[in-house]
Amino acid sequence: MTSLPQDRGTTSLGLVIDLDVCVGCHACVVSCKEWNTGGYGSALSDQHPYGDDVSGTFLNRIHSYEVVPEGGEVIGEAGQARIVHFPKSCLHCEDAPCVTVCPTGASYKRASDGIVLVDETKCIGCGLCAWSCAYGAREMDLAAGVMKKCTLCVDRIYNEALQEEDRVPSCVRTCPANARHFGDLGDPRSEVSIMVAERGGYDLMPEQGTRPTNKYLPPRPRISLADQQPAMPLAENTEGARGFFAWLDKTLDRI
Amino acid sequence: MHPAYSMIIFTVLSGLGYGLAVVLGLGGLEPSLPSTVLAHILALVLIAAGLIASLFHLGNPQRAWRALSQWRSSWLSREGVMALGTFVPLTLNAGLLLFTGQSEPILGYIGAAGAMLTVFCTSMIYTSLKGIDAWHSALTPACFLLLSLTGGVLLAACFAPGTRLLAGAGLLLLLGAMASKLAWRRRMLRNQPLSTPESATGLGGIGRVRLFERPHTLDNYLTREMGYRVARKHSAKLWAIALVCAFLLPAALLLLSLALGGLPLRSVLVFAVLSHSVGVLVERWLFFAEARHAVMNYY
Ligand code: SF4
Ligand code: SF4
Ligand code: SF4
Repeated sequence: MTSLPQDRGTTSLGLVIDLDVCVGCHACVVSCKEWNTGGYGSALSDQHPYGDDVSGTFLNRIHSYEVVPEGGEVIGEAGQARIVHFPKSCLHCEDAPCVTVCPTGASYKRASDGIVLVDETKCIGCGLCAWSCAYGAREMDLAAGVMKKCTLCVDRIYNEALQEEDRVPSCVRTCPANARHFGDLGDPRSEVSIMVAERGGYDLMPEQGTRPTNKYLPPRPRISLADQQPAMPLAENTEGARGFFAWLDKTLDRI
Repeated sequence: MHPAYSMIIFTVLSGLGYGLAVVLGLGGLEPSLPSTVLAHILALVLIAAGLIASLFHLGNPQRAWRALSQWRSSWLSREGVMALGTFVPLTLNAGLLLFTGQSEPILGYIGAAGAMLTVFCTSMIYTSLKGIDAWHSALTPACFLLLSLTGGVLLAACFAPGTRLLAGAGLLLLLGAMASKLAWRRRMLRNQPLSTPESATGLGGIGRVRLFERPHTLDNYLTREMGYRVARKHSAKLWAIALVCAFLLPAALLLLSLALGGLPLRSVLVFAVLSHSVGVLVERWLFFAEARHAVMNYY
């Protein structure tokens, strides 16, 4: 049934992505593909992996943006332009249009935890759900002809065969900078909710009316290098010298 | 959006077929004429050919029957249900006419209503997508319905050359369809996009957002499917071709037909349908190719 669940509980599992911390290393992209190509549903195929025109299915992609404040400059350290690395996977929207447009019932949102999934045995590969997602979180697998999307690693997070610390999404577990966090955003006391409240976490494209679960933490204001510089270079400053060093400093100054 | 041939052919052919079915259902063609049976069959063939073309769009067409299940929420599912349902009255009436020489008006009305509802559902698939500004407008269903009816009336006129009622209706519909399409395009060109790179990334508070590096150096499913770009100079030319072929030339030919008779009359009417179809094909290509998807704010 691809109507949205009526009996949604309060649990909304999702990710919180810290744009201040992400270094754009793409480790989560690789770990996501690695885990999910052998797990839930059909493999994430590549087309012409060794040819000129390489492409493939990914559930998580990293974009990098240059953000230029009004009047800011783009070149070098002088201006305030900054690079923000931007990981993007399915946001597990509360009002997910990808679910309601699906003609087959393959796309669904789980009532219990809010995860949006595709039942690949029902999917006809019409692609309409990918059209309906403003975030580009769905990609048709060209080999299998079915729609692939982030599963929130549903086969890890409840998997008792894994060590406790591994029962988080693969991308979260892998991120070397700890930029991705997993938790229940429906619970205001969860670690992720507190993080969102403290850092001003926000929704992507709220105007699309999808009410995403995943939140993004904004980059912290940047302190420009010019403001950080002490008046005199550190190595030149001898004010704090005491005892023998103070005498040496004075003597050497006199010479 | 990527202009997939399967989708273009499907919407154009089935649009023509459903339009013709409406004219037939409302009794626009004299049932006693043998050519009317042909018109019934032609409508069914056009609709069926369109539906078959649409299957080529699917990754797993063998499961297409599943698409009939979610009519409560999905316009695509509703379209499938309506399309199959409408086949019943249309086929029954064609059969009745073929074997008994008489069609059933009630069936005709049901078939006509079903035909229009199916075209409406098709248009709503596009209209309901909020992430594609150009399509997300009440003008989209208006254009689809008017274009389908126009094609149907022009096609019907070929089966009853010299019918002033059909020629008049055709002229009016051509005007209406052209007006709605002009309004649609005006809106598309002037409309401010709902989402921007700033709202897509949420970084607008810091400043202007520009893509620095794509996730991958080459294309992916998203950029191929949603990132289709057509050069502005080409789209302007194609739009002019669509305008002339779909509306202006058929209107001129219809007017000319009023003054003709015999073979010239027939050939002028057939030429009007051909020109209109070519124009609508170009229009439909542009409908996809020019529509910008919100996901491209990330690219
Ligand atoms: S991000 Fe896209 S695919 Fe994920 S739930 Fe929202 S609309 Fe659906
Ligand atoms: S591609 Fe599959 S999951 Fe997406 S709308 Fe079509 S049938 Fe549903
Ligand atoms: S939660 Fe799992 S499927 Fe989703 S992006 Fe992370 S690794 Fe990929």
